[in-house]
Amino acid sequence: MTGTRNASSTALSVIGSLDRGTFHLEVDVRVEPGEVLGVLGPNGAGKTSLLRAIAGLTALTTGSIRLGDLVLDDADTFLPPERRPVGLVFQDYRLFPHLTVLDNVAFAARSHGLRRHPSRTQARTWLDRLDLSALAGRRPDQLSGGQAQRVALARALAADPGLLLLDEPLSALDARTRLDVRTELRHHLGQFAGPVLIVTHDPLEAMVLADRLLVLEEGHPVQHGSPAEVARRPATQYVAKLVGLNLYTGTLEPGRSGVTLDAGGTFTVPAQPAQTGRVLVAVRPSTVAVHTERPEHASPRNVWPGTVSSLELLADRVRAQIDGRPAALVDLTPAAVADLELRPGSEVWLSVKATEVDVYPDAP
Amino acid sequence: MDRIARALAPVAAAAALLAGCGGSSAPTPMGGSSSATSKGTVNVFAAASLQEAFATLGKQFEAAHPGTRIVFNFGPSSGLAQQITQGSPADVFASASTKNMDQVVTAGDSAQPTPFVKNVMEIAVPSANPAGVTSLNDLTRKNVKVALCQPQVPCGAAAAALFQNAGLAVQPVTQEVDVKSVLSKVTLGEVDAGVVYVTDVRAAGDKVKGIEIPTDVNASTTYPIATLTKAPNKATAQAFTDYVLSVDGGKVLTAAGFQKP
Amino acid sequence: MPWVLGVPATLAVLFLLAPLLGLLVRAPWRDLGNVLAESQVLQALRLSLVCASAATVISLVLGVPLAWVLARARFRGLRLLRALVTLPLVLPPVVGGVALLIAFGRRGIVGQHLDAWFGITLPFTTQGVIVAETFVAMPFLIVTVEGAFRAADRGYEEAAATLGASRMTVFRRVTLPLIRSSLMAGSVLCWARALGEFGATITFAGNFPGRTQTMPIAVYLALEQDPEAAIALSLVLLAVSVAVLVGLRDRWLRAGSAP
Repeated sequence: MTGTRNASSTALSVIGSLDRGTFHLEVDVRVEPGEVLGVLGPNGAGKTSLLRAIAGLTALTTGSIRLGDLVLDDADTFLPPERRPVGLVFQDYRLFPHLTVLDNVAFAARSHGLRRHPSRTQARTWLDRLDLSALAGRRPDQLSGGQAQRVALARALAADPGLLLLDEPLSALDARTRLDVRTELRHHLGQFAGPVLIVTHDPLEAMVLADRLLVLEEGHPVQHGSPAEVARRPATQYVAKLVGLNLYTGTLEPGRSGVTLDAGGTFTVPAQPAQTGRVLVAVRPSTVAVHTERPEHASPRNVWPGTVSSLELLADRVRAQIDGRPAALVDLTPAAVADLELRPGSEVWLSVKATEVDVYPDAP
Repeated sequence: MDRIARALAPVAAAAALLAGCGGSSAPTPMGGSSSATSKGTVNVFAAASLQEAFATLGKQFEAAHPGTRIVFNFGPSSGLAQQITQGSPADVFASASTKNMDQVVTAGDSAQPTPFVKNVMEIAVPSANPAGVTSLNDLTRKNVKVALCQPQVPCGAAAAALFQNAGLAVQPVTQEVDVKSVLSKVTLGEVDAGVVYVTDVRAAGDKVKGIEIPTDVNASTTYPIATLTKAPNKATAQAFTDYVLSVDGGKVLTAAGFQKP
Repeated sequence: MPWVLGVPATLAVLFLLAPLLGLLVRAPWRDLGNVLAESQVLQALRLSLVCASAATVISLVLGVPLAWVLARARFRGLRLLRALVTLPLVLPPVVGGVALLIAFGRRGIVGQHLDAWFGITLPFTTQGVIVAETFVAMPFLIVTVEGAFRAADRGYEEAAATLGASRMTVFRRVTLPLIRSSLMAGSVLCWARALGEFGATITFAGNFPGRTQTMPIAVYLALEQDPEAAIALSLVLLAVSVAVLVGLRDRWLRAGSAP
């Protein structure tokens, strides 16, 4: 059990595939020590399968998983979960219902042969560190969601893993608790020396907790980059929706300054971008202007007609769904909605400045 | 459907086993014609040691009296007496001891029991006789496993009496419920010797070997038979009792090894 | 309550309670002390308790691992194996006793070797009683515990494995504690069945006071001689059974209420 600490300064690399019935997961990812990789994707994208493969609860079909020089899984080797220096915090925490908080946290040490007393002493220091000492004698069914989450983290960290995996760590919490726990979790993850992999379908969680994001859809990585990059230039409709952008696919013909959109219509783009061919066009909802009459302006603008299909009040603004070629999400102030007398069915004109349109290549 | 079949498989297997050890009374077609006096079913409660002889007598009686059916309940006499006094519907009781018959008489279920045979004891050993038992004295040897009837039933009482006569202290490994259980333990080779009735040794054929007990120490038991006062089918029951006491009945009993009372 | 259910339910209660009430009404309360003070009775009671407890312990040691295999292993013939090992549940106990004689008797398939190699003969011994009771009672434990293993949340076992627990540690420290209420229920069922065992015991182990004569056999034999004594003995068995059920019920319910 002492050998795992050495592993905590090594990188995790997973390259390979996993087949389960009709489901196919293809992955090639590397996480550096101290780095937090957020794995983002819709349900069924293969996020949890990836986590289970790294933890040793499932075997890869092809490829390998390594932690530094330690081979966890390849064609010749399959380390069972109990022999992997991997800590896993399950989505539903899975705290042992028959053990107290203290004994849950002491479980790993006991499993490694430590006697009851020293393993409890060791567990107490972890409870101290995560500010859980007051709960030591409680049973899991006497904990709140946030407390259970912290105990699960303490239990995983107490095993002194070289690699930490978190499966939807905040999804079982209510919104208010989530905020507190997220901040705290960020703090604890920052102190962890090894690679961290955190699976989530909540973009905000991913942005706040992760240094880098991997977006999985239907078993395939569709985007990879810093949270800022992913938020600014989403690669798929799923990501665009998560980060609240209008995203269009289209074709940029050589020698022309307009993108022909697949959904209909044409967008004038700022300067001629270097690349041509298949492109993605991202438009922030707040940059789209709504008019009741066709606007006349000198600056290069994209103008097109549409119909309001729905209006939704978000915290301080109204999000309007406009049908048209192309369809668009538009953010307005409540006052603007009132001034324009918008309601579902209203005929409107939309306009976006060419400079507000972000065009980038559609990565295959 | 398949699941149900699977779920029932163990039940079916058990049922098959049960069927194998099921009822022993001979099935008899219920004929329409019958003699004027004897017809219907007669329930005969008889000591276990009478099993073979009475089965033969039952068949002969049924053949002679078409339309009758003799149903036997063989068991330890004490248990049968208990069942009768508790109201079990019996027509005839044949006990292996006067003591158990007396219980029935006392309870008012029987009026005039008639002694009909006498039975003496014999040592039964497995046909291979692994312990080399040749006499009563051998039963006291430490390595000889002996099965007896429990002392409350006639065969157990008789065994106790003959050991006392011979001045021997025999430690049995088991006190079986009735004489047939003793015999089966001998047949299976689970014990080296058992003390049973002469008639049991004879009925078992070559599965066991009998070793005679000297007449001067041997104990005997007298078998009384009676038609019960509350017999549901009294007339036919009396006819069967008479048949047992007849010369023809006596021949069957003698052939089985019983002696005249 | 709809009468269509209420009437048969009431009949069922009456049917189940009437014999027990009968025992209480007809019990020779005045002579009870004398009957029970007889050394034969105490001997039989002690033997019954010892043998039933021993059979339960053996069933736990052998039956729990078997239940685990039946619940978790995957191999050809598993279904058949399950049907076979639970056969004693539906087998008439006397048939079980005969089968035991054929297997473990002095001339039995296994028994002859036990005798020849180790000098062990089971029939007519207290060990034989324990063997007969175990044979009949163990399936009750197996069936109960197997169901629990099957229903247990495997997620906890996975969590334990990721914390470095070997499969044996997982079994000992997670799986078993998680099914402890079923383990308790199965043990009680098993013990109660062993305590009441008659047919297989008398067939395989015979009857000898102090050695193989258990309470049910004593009751049966007493009934032929002295029905009052039989009632008294039955009362003792009834009292012991009720005491055990009541004593365990609390722990049982508490264990059962844990998530």
